[in-house]
Amino acid sequence: MQPNTVQQLNQTNSAMNFVQRGAFAALPIVFGYLPIGITYGVLAKQSGLSLIEITMMSVFVFAGAAQFVAVSMINAGALFVEIVLATFVLNLRHFVMSFSIMNRLRSVSLKWKIPISLGLTDETFSVASLYPKEGQKKGGMWFYASMILVSYFAWILGSFAGGLLGEVIPEALSQSMGIALYAMFIALLIPSVRSEWRIGLIAVLSMMLNYIAYAITGNQGWSIVLATILAGASGIWLLPQEEVEE
Amino acid sequence: MTAIIVGMAIVTMVPRFLPAFVVDKWVYPKWVSRWLNAIPYAALGALIFPWITGVIEGKPYIGVLGGLVATILAFLKINTIIVVLGAIITVFLFNTVI
Repeated sequence: MQPNTVQQLNQTNSAMNFVQRGAFAALPIVFGYLPIGITYGVLAKQSGLSLIEITMMSVFVFAGAAQFVAVSMINAGALFVEIVLATFVLNLRHFVMSFSIMNRLRSVSLKWKIPISLGLTDETFSVASLYPKEGQKKGGMWFYASMILVSYFAWILGSFAGGLLGEVIPEALSQSMGIALYAMFIALLIPSVRSEWRIGLIAVLSMMLNYIAYAITGNQGWSIVLATILAGASGIWLLPQEEVEE
Repeated sequence: MTAIIVGMAIVTMVPRFLPAFVVDKWVYPKWVSRWLNAIPYAALGALIFPWITGVIEGKPYIGVLGGLVATILAFLKINTIIVVLGAIITVFLFNTVI
């Protein structure tokens, strides 16, 4: 009885520890999601969506860029099929990202993999990728789960607040907040570039490919998918043999 | 509207969870692993540029300036939240003052 209880206590402690660290790692995402969520909510409100519809779209779709596009398409009177197709193409990048993360989480059971994959966005993916060691630790899944859930609630809360506030926020401020997510992506990328300059090369190559692909296809979704896959392939040669992770 | 939300949810969820099943059933060589490990950096690059130039419509340099400030702050190992704040303030100042 005694050792059993102690063991259980230890497990709970380390899970709690992972949950706290995950929530802390999510803070920059929260910081980006709240203003962007509010902006989405304001735009959606102006496009005629009700507060419930605005919030439910965030609950069930949880994909910022796609929600922005959908709202502007609804505003322009687009058809159901057009909106769903645009969402599909725009979110196809998460298929590539999910592949990358699931490769790291091979040893983890499906029970964890499925909810984590459903919570993948550009931001949660980036943070999860840059904490790869958590995935190998026992109970490390609590880190991912907590990081994703905190981000998810920030997104929902931001959207709800935006729908509620309507046009209260000055435009100059909400516009300036549009830089928040890019700044976060940069902040996530730079530490890796500092320790391995070839990573910077991969990212810059991807930017250029993306620029070209967008000029050719005129579609944000396809160009991101193409650039990510092609520039990622340069990693086959550029990335140093990775340390044994067993 | 409900149909649109459900449709969007389905086409977003399926590509997200499909790899969870595939990875289990497929053993692939080391170079594929290196490819997949480079994906995060390639994805970050493709998520930043050229979209950052569209932060303030018609003034692409403002987004780039915000990005530069973020890059410098991040290189100095400054906390992410301050990096984000610094970029917001830069964009706000350039957009309203200048």
